[in-house]
Amino acid sequence: MSADGIAISGKGDRRGDDFFVFCLGGFRPLFDPLSFTPLNDLHIELGARMVPFAGYSMPLQYPAGLMAEHLHTRKSAGLFDVSHMGQLRITPKQGTLNDAALALESLIPVDLAGLGANRQRYGFLTNDAGGIRDDLMVANMGDWLFVVVNASCKAADTALMEAALGDRVVIEKLDDRALLALQGPEAVNVLQDLCPEAAEMRFMDAIEADIDGVACTLTRSGYTGEDGYEIGIPAEHAEQIARALLADERVLPIGLGARDSLRLESGLCLYGNDLDETTTPVEAALGWAMQKARREGGARAGGYPGAEIIMKQAREGVSRLRVGLAAEGRAPVRAGTELFADEAGTQKVGVVTSGAFGPSINAPVAMGYVETAYAVLGTTLYGALRGKFVPVQVRALPFVPPGFKR
Amino acid sequence: MSTTYYTPSHEWIRLEGDIATVGITAHASDELGELVFVEAKDEGTEVPQGEPAAVVESVKAASDIYAPVSGVLAGFNTRLSDEPTLVGTDPEGEGWIFKLRVSDSAQLESLLDADAYKASL
Repeated sequence: MSADGIAISGKGDRRGDDFFVFCLGGFRPLFDPLSFTPLNDLHIELGARMVPFAGYSMPLQYPAGLMAEHLHTRKSAGLFDVSHMGQLRITPKQGTLNDAALALESLIPVDLAGLGANRQRYGFLTNDAGGIRDDLMVANMGDWLFVVVNASCKAADTALMEAALGDRVVIEKLDDRALLALQGPEAVNVLQDLCPEAAEMRFMDAIEADIDGVACTLTRSGYTGEDGYEIGIPAEHAEQIARALLADERVLPIGLGARDSLRLESGLCLYGNDLDETTTPVEAALGWAMQKARREGGARAGGYPGAEIIMKQAREGVSRLRVGLAAEGRAPVRAGTELFADEAGTQKVGVVTSGAFGPSINAPVAMGYVETAYAVLGTTLYGALRGKFVPVQVRALPFVPPGFKR
Repeated sequence: MSTTYYTPSHEWIRLEGDIATVGITAHASDELGELVFVEAKDEGTEVPQGEPAAVVESVKAASDIYAPVSGVLAGFNTRLSDEPTLVGTDPEGEGWIFKLRVSDSAQLESLLDADAYKASL
């Protein structure tokens, strides 16, 4: 047997490479030496199946397995090591934090100058064609901006920011810090035992706090659609805090496999699959992330790469849109599946960019891009699956209601 | 009970008369994790040795199941339609996947026996 996803392996195989090349967008050449997160020993102790991802050796799943890990996160709390992601500390060379925010606004079409202290926002870096270079999170930490970017893009993002903004801001790579995500409805109850302030936070709040006696960054956010936190920790204390959280019986360690199915069920984009240099924020249905101040007619409209194209698209519409997709039956339609308007498969109108089985809804879940005329909710398309055409309905995202504490 | 043979691609096959039963090994099942969907090609389809005859899907991936020897599809384990996890709980028993009317039983000799398969893992 062979997989279009994970490779079944015996002795000496590099298990899992295929999965990450095709499903999760591991962009680095496979012969690059792997990096390890500060929790590598702990993952191995916990029995994780480790796979290369974006240049790092990462846990794909633990002995509980992807399905159980996914369901546990939705029901209780899951702990994710996301230390491979890039953490940046950005400060102004001169002036105030507002000057640093304005500098970043020249690369990111998001209202960062209007981002209040101790608040976080989702955003993206755009290119001259209006495509997305990377998606990211920006938090206003009071006297610095905390930016979290994707592992596969962090070198390029940092180089871009240095080249474009190096005269206005100081960009510090926080490579000596781990990043853990504690996600799920019980995350607040678990974390407040170690950090009482955690319970006071709202969704997308960002603070610096002592956790188990260690100075950490703490945001009430994540990428599972559940309530939860991301905790930035000095590398040498990462294992201590991870063990303290795992000591709570409500918490299970969760691998990248469940992280992917959780984010997909929650309608969240994976960079490299659902977003890339050729997809614009308007096509990706991420217009909500570009606040009024940056839109046409706003106080600081445009002024970022590709602004003319993105504003024209926002005004006049686009030829394709990202939509949720629900395949009939139980067979998932995966990334790359072509979508047709007709059952005979003569008129191609789109393609699936992420697809899996959704453990929480017990049915296939997918998202993809379709021609705008076919993006209407409830439209039935046909996915080419192993020589057959499976009915696939255009659905609203997310597939599961979000658990955020707003 | 007749001999079970194995493939390097982690299928098992057991011949009784000219009908063989085919499934995936416990090792393959462990690697894949819990299955959510299993489907074989239509009964009557001719499948050459080493070509896909069925597919199993976990949350994260689809995997082809190859015909260990050439033959004609002669049945599917319909219990798997409602209970695909059976492959994980009893991969070499109740979790069998399809039946194959074998064209040339001599092809079995090209496969691995249990010890050789175990040694290959």
